[in-house]
Amino acid sequence: MTVPAIELKGISKSFGPVQANKNISISVAPGTIHGIIGENGAGKSTLMSILYGFYKADAGEIRINGQKTEIPDSQAAIAAGIGMVFQHFKLVENFTVLENIVLGAEEGGLLAPSLARARKELKELEEEYELFVDPDKRIDEIGVGMQQRVEILKALYRKAEILILDEPTGVLTPAEADQLFRILHRLREEGKTIILITHKLREIMEATDTVSVMRRGEMTATVKTAETNPEQLAELMVGRKVLLRVDKVPASPGKPVLEIENLRVTDEAGVERVKGIDLTVRAGEIVGIAGVAGNGQSELLEVLGGMRPGTGTIRLNGDPLPLSGRGSDGQARRAQHIAHVPEDRQREGLIMDFHAWENVAFGYHRDPAYRRGIFMDNAALRADTERKIEKFDVRPADGWLAAKNFSGGNQQKIVVAREIERNPDLLLVGQPTRGVDIGAIEFIHKQIVALRDQGKAILLVSVELEEIFSLSDRIAVMFDGHIMGERLPHETDEKELGLLMAGVSGEAA
Amino acid sequence: MDKMPKWADVVLIPLISLILAAFLSALVILAIGEDPIAAVKLMVSGALGSTYGWGYTLYYATNFIFTGLAVAVAFHARLFNIGGEGQAMLGGLGVAMACLYIPWPHWTIALLAAAAASMLFGAAWAAIPAYLQAKRGSHIVITTIMFNFIAAAFLNYMLVNVMRPEGSMDPATERFPEAVHLPTLHDLLAPIGISFSKAAPANVSFVVAILACFVVWALIWRTRLGYEIRAYGHSETGALYAGISPVRITIVAMLISGALAGLMAINNVMGEAERLVLNATEGAGFIGIAVALMGRSHPFGVFLAAILFGFLYQGGAELALWTSIPRELIVVIQALVILFTGALDNMVRMPLERIFLSLGRKRRNVGETAPLPDASHSTTQD
Repeated sequence: MTVPAIELKGISKSFGPVQANKNISISVAPGTIHGIIGENGAGKSTLMSILYGFYKADAGEIRINGQKTEIPDSQAAIAAGIGMVFQHFKLVENFTVLENIVLGAEEGGLLAPSLARARKELKELEEEYELFVDPDKRIDEIGVGMQQRVEILKALYRKAEILILDEPTGVLTPAEADQLFRILHRLREEGKTIILITHKLREIMEATDTVSVMRRGEMTATVKTAETNPEQLAELMVGRKVLLRVDKVPASPGKPVLEIENLRVTDEAGVERVKGIDLTVRAGEIVGIAGVAGNGQSELLEVLGGMRPGTGTIRLNGDPLPLSGRGSDGQARRAQHIAHVPEDRQREGLIMDFHAWENVAFGYHRDPAYRRGIFMDNAALRADTERKIEKFDVRPADGWLAAKNFSGGNQQKIVVAREIERNPDLLLVGQPTRGVDIGAIEFIHKQIVALRDQGKAILLVSVELEEIFSLSDRIAVMFDGHIMGERLPHETDEKELGLLMAGVSGEAA
Repeated sequence: MDKMPKWADVVLIPLISLILAAFLSALVILAIGEDPIAAVKLMVSGALGSTYGWGYTLYYATNFIFTGLAVAVAFHARLFNIGGEGQAMLGGLGVAMACLYIPWPHWTIALLAAAAASMLFGAAWAAIPAYLQAKRGSHIVITTIMFNFIAAAFLNYMLVNVMRPEGSMDPATERFPEAVHLPTLHDLLAPIGISFSKAAPANVSFVVAILACFVVWALIWRTRLGYEIRAYGHSETGALYAGISPVRITIVAMLISGALAGLMAINNVMGEAERLVLNATEGAGFIGIAVALMGRSHPFGVFLAAILFGFLYQGGAELALWTSIPRELIVVIQALVILFTGALDNMVRMPLERIFLSLGRKRRNVGETAPLPDASHSTTQD
């Protein structure tokens, strides 16, 4: 039997009372792609952070190629031949590709010799692995797919034999993801060992040789990918049977609730991000906006939520909404029964250092229900929080915990509970299940559909095509600030939407 | 959180920082050939050994409570108000005008009016940098510090050219009339049978300062405005999402901050000097920054830190008076305390966190399943 490239034995790690990793053992054969799948908060990232030297395990040992190895920091990880590609790239935007690759691995006081050497090595790497990038382009001039290649090249340049990729496809189009998987297969052929962390079952099925499932800090199973199926994996992840598709009756749209006409949005840097959009959302329907991240969907949602200025017309139930983008707009929107589950719950939807009960008032803190004289009625707010925590099954059911101490899924449940329980006429939802575990995804999707069935209008923005397909009654695809076309989910497929998302216009697609 | 119990964060870290600062100060005193133990004894007896000493300690502490609260309120909105000094100077101008130009029948009404004037002037002085930050993006640290210089120059002009009594060579106003004389702690405590030094300057403003602590606490943790200030301070994008106007919060938080700094003038101008002199603030605006840092921007912490700095001020003055330790060295000692409690917080915090982490682990390993620490109930709040 070959010596495993990585062997973890009995790894445990806890943060205060939270045990993130419980006695985890895993063995990855060299030259394979090993998937690690699990709900958010299952401990995948913690495990990889231990492997990469960001955290020190409380117990257990790491063996690289059979050698017991201590990894106190990332330098040691790199020295041991481990490379990591993070979910959020760690690149310097205004440096060139070459400069980014050399960054941190320079030799001597002068840059030129290092760069020259790197250029030569980069060329060899590119040819060996068919990973082509232009070394002299600046990072902000190349697309996300390319940026990811730079991250991979960075790791290879540091002689990585073991490559860890954390949720690598989150920002990619389906086509770019396919390309990534081709690169990974190529790397495997060259004998590299790859660990792929993801929550997408499809990717596990497509790309990996072996898959380990994590749940609540424990490794529940390791199976050959060929011998399993998505349903079984989902069950292993969640610990019970899961509905992978949302059960819903066909929509019966009523009168238009939200009407958008010729909406234009220019960002702080003066770049036009939304370029004249027309869109209508009717009562009792979910309109999904599909598109690769960064094509104006975020800005569209922010304008609707009152977070940004725009020009054009937006009407709610026939009344025009202000588009000044001043801070006070958010309050006006809420008064007009528009609820908003923002794309980024950590930076927008929640104040991470606030208690859960304080967050339940976030945005509605001026609601008379939470007021007693000149003070806030914290007791009423806490009682309300308890109700919401129970109804939405937020865990742990402790309103005094700070938002940051909940897992991603439970944080999102707090946001969704706050917004949906307002019983809004229009619900704006951005990436409702990003970084959310399968169990919570199912729950949140059900809540959104239930709101639709009450005859409310819902505008959904998501980069997950699967989510768009399973929730939407109508799909609009955005590319470069335009709506490329609208489709009905049962009349289209991933391929057609993928083309629209890549900017190939409707007629050609 | 969960790394350290709350008490370690609020008590242990400042305490260790203080001990480190004291240790370093002792080395410095040794280096110039004086006896550090004797110096400490002298400081303690000078600042806390008599009601006279206490009277000065509390007088200084009163100043620092006001400026510390001012910095703390701005901190909650993540605004760094370095302009406490200038705002307090302007507050002094407000107090002087209220006391000199209007005849008051009784000190209580005069105190209310002077307090209102000082807050108004302090707030107005903070309003300009606040506006520039909110609307023009001029960094508040730069503008407030610049405004300290402008305030000093403006006060100089006012005292030399406008408010100086005729014939006087001293750039100061006349003495305030007898009717606005604030009762000292001696006056306040005598009726209930406690004898307090007559000569010490601590006065009724100390009570106002304690009140201000409660008001700020309620404002920050119990009102909607406080909620918005804290939310904005934690996340600007979050504030925008929630419909909290960054412009409004920046301006309102700075107005409150400036008003608190200005309010200090009822202590040093109205309570102690009873006239407005040049440099009446004596750097209290800057000490307020250290006080707020050490007090973790919590009114109770600010109160304790202000007492500590009051002690250092008074003790330091005693040292300079009775030993050959030069005045400059006292400033060094104070600077060391500021350095360790404010700027070098992480130097103590990180190793301490590590110790608590390994302690917690041992405890868990001993008992098979130790109950979860119930620290969560006292995390960020009050």
